[in-house]
Amino acid sequence: MELIFVNILDGLVTGLLLFMLCSGLTLIFSMMGVLNFAHASFYMLGAYFAYEISTYVGFWPGLVFAPILVGIAGALVERYGLRRVHQYGHVPELIFTFGLALLIEEIIQFFWGKNLMAYDEPKILDFTAFTIAGNAFPAYKVFMIFVAMAIFLILLFILTRTRVGLIIQAALSYPNTVQNLGHNVPLVFMGVFGVGTALAGVAGVIAGPVLGTFPGMAVVLGSIVFVTIVIGGLGSLWGALIASLLIGWLQTFAASYNIVIGDVLVSIGFTRPENLDDSALRDLWTLTVSQIGPILPFLLMVLVLAIRPQGLFGKRET
Amino acid sequence: MKKVTGMILGTVMTGLLGLSATAVSAADNIKIAFIDPLSGPFATTGANGLAEWKFAVEKLVNEKGGVLGGTKLEVIGFDNKISPKESLIQLQVAIDQGIRFIAQGNSSGVANALTGAIKKHNKRNPDKKVIFLNYSAVDPALTNDKCNFWHFRFDANADIKMDALTDVIAKDSSIDKIYIIGQDYSFGKAVAAAAVRNIGDKMPNVKIVGNELHPIGKVKDFTPYARKIIASGANAVITGNWGSDMLSLGKAVIKAGYKGPIYTYYAASSGITKAFGADGKGVIRIVSEGTLNPPVSDRVSDYVNAFKAKYPDNNVSQLRIANTAEMLAKAIDKAGSTDAIKVAYALEGMEIDSIWGGKVKMRASDHQAIQNVYVLAHTDDNMTHALDNSPYGLLTENTVVDAGMDSPTSCKMKRP
Repeated sequence: MELIFVNILDGLVTGLLLFMLCSGLTLIFSMMGVLNFAHASFYMLGAYFAYEISTYVGFWPGLVFAPILVGIAGALVERYGLRRVHQYGHVPELIFTFGLALLIEEIIQFFWGKNLMAYDEPKILDFTAFTIAGNAFPAYKVFMIFVAMAIFLILLFILTRTRVGLIIQAALSYPNTVQNLGHNVPLVFMGVFGVGTALAGVAGVIAGPVLGTFPGMAVVLGSIVFVTIVIGGLGSLWGALIASLLIGWLQTFAASYNIVIGDVLVSIGFTRPENLDDSALRDLWTLTVSQIGPILPFLLMVLVLAIRPQGLFGKRET
Repeated sequence: MKKVTGMILGTVMTGLLGLSATAVSAADNIKIAFIDPLSGPFATTGANGLAEWKFAVEKLVNEKGGVLGGTKLEVIGFDNKISPKESLIQLQVAIDQGIRFIAQGNSSGVANALTGAIKKHNKRNPDKKVIFLNYSAVDPALTNDKCNFWHFRFDANADIKMDALTDVIAKDSSIDKIYIIGQDYSFGKAVAAAAVRNIGDKMPNVKIVGNELHPIGKVKDFTPYARKIIASGANAVITGNWGSDMLSLGKAVIKAGYKGPIYTYYAASSGITKAFGADGKGVIRIVSEGTLNPPVSDRVSDYVNAFKAKYPDNNVSQLRIANTAEMLAKAIDKAGSTDAIKVAYALEGMEIDSIWGGKVKMRASDHQAIQNVYVLAHTDDNMTHALDNSPYGLLTENTVVDAGMDSPTSCKMKRP
């Protein structure tokens, strides 16, 4: 029972981390129609920048400056890369971001090498916040929860309560009309891309010490962020939040319980084959839920696309 | 004008002469082809291994007068991108260049491909026979069902290491619940199987409270696994994980409040030691075929210090490479030639005093090196030779002398 509570908290941390990545991506995707393959690479860039800064002046300046640097890099990419490619249509944009992802990975390996980086959480947060039935819950994870919540609230406020948010929301649906009204839509695009990548940078800064800072960290998260925004519905901040939490909990609970598929099959009325080695479905009978954990979000995405193609909170079809 | 042409011609000629001179000296060297990843995700391990090889050959053989009364050994790197297919191409390139000694270690998949190809090659080209010096691939099959006369393994294989590890665990009466976790592929499964077998044989009272495989390289966050380990009440964890899977698992388990030992194969160097830092102290244990701390002799310290002076960003982490270089040199001298058959016979049953302490003996029945196996602790206490340019390194905790000396083998060696 206590374990369920611990898993809920762990899932919350995973989900909120995912949300920080997805919130930027979903805005970029819905506004510009660009499937930014390099989004997770900006997350990685955030972690490496913060690591480099932390070796000189500690963790906290890294938390502030690394996302700013990543945001500037993102804005420059939009201004001098994507905007030029944009006129040739979506396929060149797709290829451009795909190439960018590879480029960033190579650049990181060029400067920092292929080793794992010794990027650690700050000493001040390196203690156990509380313990549930022998399971320690690090203070750093509490900090992660608060940062992610703060980001969500700020974003929600900006998007729904400010003039900038109004223009962004309008540009999401009717970019040409907004432009005709005299707003500088390309600048809005650049700003959204910059802020979106900066948010990915924040995620990298605070995830780096927990999930490891290494050249493969973008690839591990790369596909799951797309799954999340599709499930949540494009352009919807609430959708991104709910989908992220859903996936966080799904993966945490799947990995936490060693439920064997065979037992599930027996309980719903199937009979176990006498000799498993002769059975064509041997692998299915011996599979555990934790082994199929990584594919569950993809299954969920297929389900959502089949039943509600616009996503849980989306307003238009994907 | 003529003068100028003459000058140019002269320069070119001297250049050519110079070139051919170096080419001649290089041709005199006995070459070893190092076929391992020098690009791609595993390039760090490969590049570190190549540095260790070059240094071992220089320091332990060439500086002492080489082999056969003055001939030098030379290691040449071939990039196999850790692909078995690419490795076979590089093997052919190396053989075509007249190289007769092949060294490889990263990935048992590659080793399996190479040992088969070399066996066939030696059968078909009796005048161009080559020897396979496997310095690192630990799949037990290579010295059992798939053994052949041309393959020599200088690392202790996965079974021998697990045998030694469980010997040490069995002596610790505080351990009664063990959790086994690994990556879902051949090596992870081999480690799990060996652990279950050995624990069952040696510690009937110890309960295996968990035995599971996780997707390799796909797990973002190991926290749920860590919770399971805590919930199971385990007081020891055994894992064959490597790379980021090792670091993430270890960190998640430690952060979740686990205090017992985590017994591992590959949880050091390549940045992992530095990244574990203070968190890993008292938790991470590594089974290894050699030890740097405490250094058994001044020779060890001289060797490591000289290596660090030459390659400051690398580690002396694969200690068997030094043994391999020394044994190869001794075998060539003993054979009196570089003829593969003679050298292979010289290597069989050869025994040397390892620079790392103890003896290394190449068992003739299956070409598996028998040597001391150590269980090392990740710590910063009493560190003479730390890793990753950090204060942390590995310190000897237990030694199993001549580990796996009597281990059975299913190898039926066919000798030419």
